[in-house]
Amino acid sequence: MSFFDRLLGRDKAPRSGSVARERLKLVLEYDRSQLTAAELEAIRDELIETLSHHVSIDRDEVVITLQRDGRLVAEIPLDRRRRRTVDRP
Amino acid sequence: MAGKIITVTSGKGGVGKTTTTANIGVALASRGRKVVVVDADIGLRNLDVVMGLENRVVYNLIHVVRGVASAERALIRDKRVPGLMLLAADQHSDKDDVDPEEMKDVCDQLRAFADFILVDSPAGIEQGFRNALAPADEVLLVTTPEVSAVRDADRVIGLVEASGKPAPRLVLNRIKPELVARGDMMSTEDVLDILRIHIIGIVPEDGDIVAATNRGEPVTLKRGSRAGQAYHNIAARLDGEDLPFMNLELPPTSLLDRLSHLFNLGGSGGTT
Ligand SMILES: Nc1ncnc2c1ncn2[C@@H]1O[C@H](COP(=O)(O)OP(=O)(O)OP(=O)(O)O)[C@@H](O)[C@H]1O
Ligand SMILES: [Mg+2]
Repeated sequence: MSFFDRLLGRDKAPRSGSVARERLKLVLEYDRSQLTAAELEAIRDELIETLSHHVSIDRDEVVITLQRDGRLVAEIPLDRRRRRTVDRP
Repeated sequence: MAGKIITVTSGKGGVGKTTTTANIGVALASRGRKVVVVDADIGLRNLDVVMGLENRVVYNLIHVVRGVASAERALIRDKRVPGLMLLAADQHSDKDDVDPEEMKDVCDQLRAFADFILVDSPAGIEQGFRNALAPADEVLLVTTPEVSAVRDADRVIGLVEASGKPAPRLVLNRIKPELVARGDMMSTEDVLDILRIHIIGIVPEDGDIVAATNRGEPVTLKRGSRAGQAYHNIAARLDGEDLPFMNLELPPTSLLDRLSHLFNLGGSGGTT
């Protein structure tokens, strides 16, 4: 990549400084929690399981994070194509 | 006198605790304060060597703990800077030979001799760390802007807070302004954004530190180095001055900047 590419903002690959920052944010999310990655994964699965009785969920997009202030935050995108796949009695 | 006890610690080893302790000690003493620097790295002592006082050690911290020598007798007075004193560690004991209560007791005795007592903590988060933390009124946390060091620093912040002490203030060490400028090193803002604590100083990577350590003459003893200026600024802040942080993320580039740096006037490439 040339100097001009960088000057013109054509440099698409993130610089290592911001890669470091993002990696740290991720790793600290786990460090700051008492929960292990495996436990978070289990919570995620159970949450998906429970919620899918009511709504259709985009499973792969569900993210659960633990904030430093001790809040567990779940992002649960609904599957827009199939809002109501679950048949109810 | 009722000196304030400040513990200098880190998560990862080798990030510059001892260098920071020695140089802040020199800087505070050169402001006319009385300072005792304490080597709490029992068994791996090196504060005496970094300060160039290794040949004058007779008594050490363990002697004071065991009552073999009084604190006053064990203190080594640095002849280069009036008011600067060292309490060395014992090279032949280990961390478990002292407990937090004993450490507190010794440091409390030192309050009578100085305005500031700086405790150089060993690496790690085990007994040696707990010993160094116990007497602290305030904690300075040293890190470099690297992923592993910042991660470990985060752990220490949690431990300090869990101990009931106030949150540590950050010394960001070994910043390379050129790398930050081209995006290949985390900036001060990045690190603060992640750790969420207050900063007390930014120390640039400085080859003078290596030479100074070789000679046992802390870089702050001489005028003119960028790191030395950074340590003077930290000392001023510890001493209650409200110094603004200068922009040091950019290396001196213009001729004027380079000239002012040469003459230690601190241009835009100056450091905090
Ligand atoms: N700002 C700096 N610029 C250049 N070199 C530095 C800087 N700060 C520290 N160093 C060097 O890094 C090395 C480690 O520093 P130091 O011994 O102070 O770290 P430490 O945290 O006390 O280590 P330990 O955990 O082993 O006690 C030394 O060789 C020192 O000279
Ligand atoms: Mg050390």
